[in-house]
Amino acid sequence: MGRYVARRLLQMIPVFLGSTLLVFCMMYALPGDPVRALAGEQTVDPAQIAALKKDLGLDLPLWHQYWNYLVNLFQGDFGTQIASGRPVAEIISEAFPITIRLALFAFTFVVVAGISIGIFAGLKADTLRDRGLLILTLLLISVPSFVLGLVAQSFFAHQLGWVDPNVSDAAPWGELILPATVLASLSLAYVARLTRTSVAENLRSDYMRTAVAKGLPKRRIIGVHLMRNSLIPVVTFLGTDLGALLGGAVVTEGIFNVKGVGYTVFGALKSREGSTVVGIVTLIVVIYLVASLLVDLLYAVLDPRIRYA
Amino acid sequence: MTIIDTTADAPAPKGPADDGSGPLLDVRDLHVEFKTRDGIVKAVNGVNYNVSAGETLAVLGESGSGKSVTAQAIMGILDMPPGRIPQGEILFRGQDMLKMSYEERRKIRGRKIAMIFQDALSSLNPVLSVGYQLGEMFRVHQGLSKKDAKAKAIDLMDRVRIPAAKERVNDYPHMFSGGMRQRIMIAMALALEPDLIIADEPTTALDVTVQAQVMDLLAELQTEYNMGLILITHDLGVVADVADKIAVMYAGRIVETAPVHELYSRPAHPYTRGLLDSIPRLDQKGQELYAIKGLPPNLTRIPPGCAFNPRCPKAQDICRTDIPALVQVTERDGSALPGRGSACHFWKEQIHG
Repeated sequence: MGRYVARRLLQMIPVFLGSTLLVFCMMYALPGDPVRALAGEQTVDPAQIAALKKDLGLDLPLWHQYWNYLVNLFQGDFGTQIASGRPVAEIISEAFPITIRLALFAFTFVVVAGISIGIFAGLKADTLRDRGLLILTLLLISVPSFVLGLVAQSFFAHQLGWVDPNVSDAAPWGELILPATVLASLSLAYVARLTRTSVAENLRSDYMRTAVAKGLPKRRIIGVHLMRNSLIPVVTFLGTDLGALLGGAVVTEGIFNVKGVGYTVFGALKSREGSTVVGIVTLIVVIYLVASLLVDLLYAVLDPRIRYA
Repeated sequence: MTIIDTTADAPAPKGPADDGSGPLLDVRDLHVEFKTRDGIVKAVNGVNYNVSAGETLAVLGESGSGKSVTAQAIMGILDMPPGRIPQGEILFRGQDMLKMSYEERRKIRGRKIAMIFQDALSSLNPVLSVGYQLGEMFRVHQGLSKKDAKAKAIDLMDRVRIPAAKERVNDYPHMFSGGMRQRIMIAMALALEPDLIIADEPTTALDVTVQAQVMDLLAELQTEYNMGLILITHDLGVVADVADKIAVMYAGRIVETAPVHELYSRPAHPYTRGLLDSIPRLDQKGQELYAIKGLPPNLTRIPPGCAFNPRCPKAQDICRTDIPALVQVTERDGSALPGRGSACHFWKEQIHG
């Protein structure tokens, strides 16, 4: 087990280097440049621009820029935004708490509603209520989140006036209800379907028959024997899903003006702020890797047949 | 002791409630059917049998003969729907279990009647330790604490002779060998010392040496606790040593019933004859193995008359029209053979040649 974890942690190093390099190259390849963007519409002396670029190290070849970036990163320096002059670390530390709040909110919703719907449908597979719920979840899966987001926004905010269309900068819990619901909808549908299939399948298994034959009460048959088995694939999905939610939701955060990670990354991408994009994306990659490692470890806890060596 | 009612169609009048002398379990004219897309599958069509304390009834038959479905109906673990019990009675100590509430039946399951399944690996929950699964019986039915239940689980594992029970109590089913897993199933069925155990092909998934061990263990524990045992099997070899009486099933009916040794020496139904003839014998080495020709009938379209007629070497016209009732089998001179019955129009020719 210990060796397995160590190996997985070591594997993160090449993934980390690879992903930073990849994002770095992509930023480099994009047209437009942050220094010229500073000037906006004005014409600027090319010599001035060149001087500024030299100051920021942007005139160096790509590999050298990447090297400088890594050296700074290992000293805990994420770099500085060119336009605002603010350290990238500060920007990340502002955006992440908001995204974490939104992600946890959405995640709770996914877990509670998704699993409940899944169990409710799976226990009576192939009945009317199962079919109905399947169609409903299929609808949620097939509607893109920007459509759902905009529809929800115009209905609840503009028509009914129950909520503000935009989330304020502090992003209190109450204002996150609608964005969290929209963000959760897709995963919720997947979780519901996954749970439903798993429950329906395990319901027919031999050990369930044994549990009934043992004279156990229904509550125990379903709560212990069925659930322990049925939730294994669901937990696996939920783990990676939490990683994805923490990575920020560009579309949802954009629609509701939530100043989280997705929103920030999108902004930085538009103004070609390379160090911001690379910093945030790298952090997301690391979060994702850690989440999937935790899922794999949890999997071994849930299913004793899995052993890591 | 009478084994079976003489006719399949007319159930015997209701006996008095449990007076201590009646059979432990009495199945009367049981019918089970399943609704499927292809029509109604008539899995069990009027089965009668009974078991007393300390007695072993072997139910013999091919796959699809309804032997397991009958057992599941007794246990109350049929999937309903699609399953349905249109008629029949299952009397346990004189009380019809089919008329009981879910809770009443649940309290009988595991505590009074327990079941051992064929495939212990899939029948045990893969993600719970065997100690937990054994201890659950005591926790649920007797309200013991987790700790006491675990101690009882270790006792049980010792009793079914699982080596190093104390160390292995927290192991999971996949960590045991096939024979050990079946012992765990047996231990689970024995946990609350039930009055009746139904063993559904308990040794089919095991290799031959382990089969004998498991059967011996089961027979020994049965004697120790004076339990009734219904042994469902298609293996005539397993039956001979442990059973007291045999009921042979075909297409959801009992076609022959007899004390165990009489069945082997003088079968009174062509189907039983066929089964006995298909046992490989050492003195017939080199000859072709006998097999009953044809396939078991499709239970959505059971042939008219005797269900066995399309495969029967002795079938006559009457066999294709009239369903033979299970009748008392007698000696040539007319004296009844106790406990023997045959559902064949020509049982006399079969048994007396």
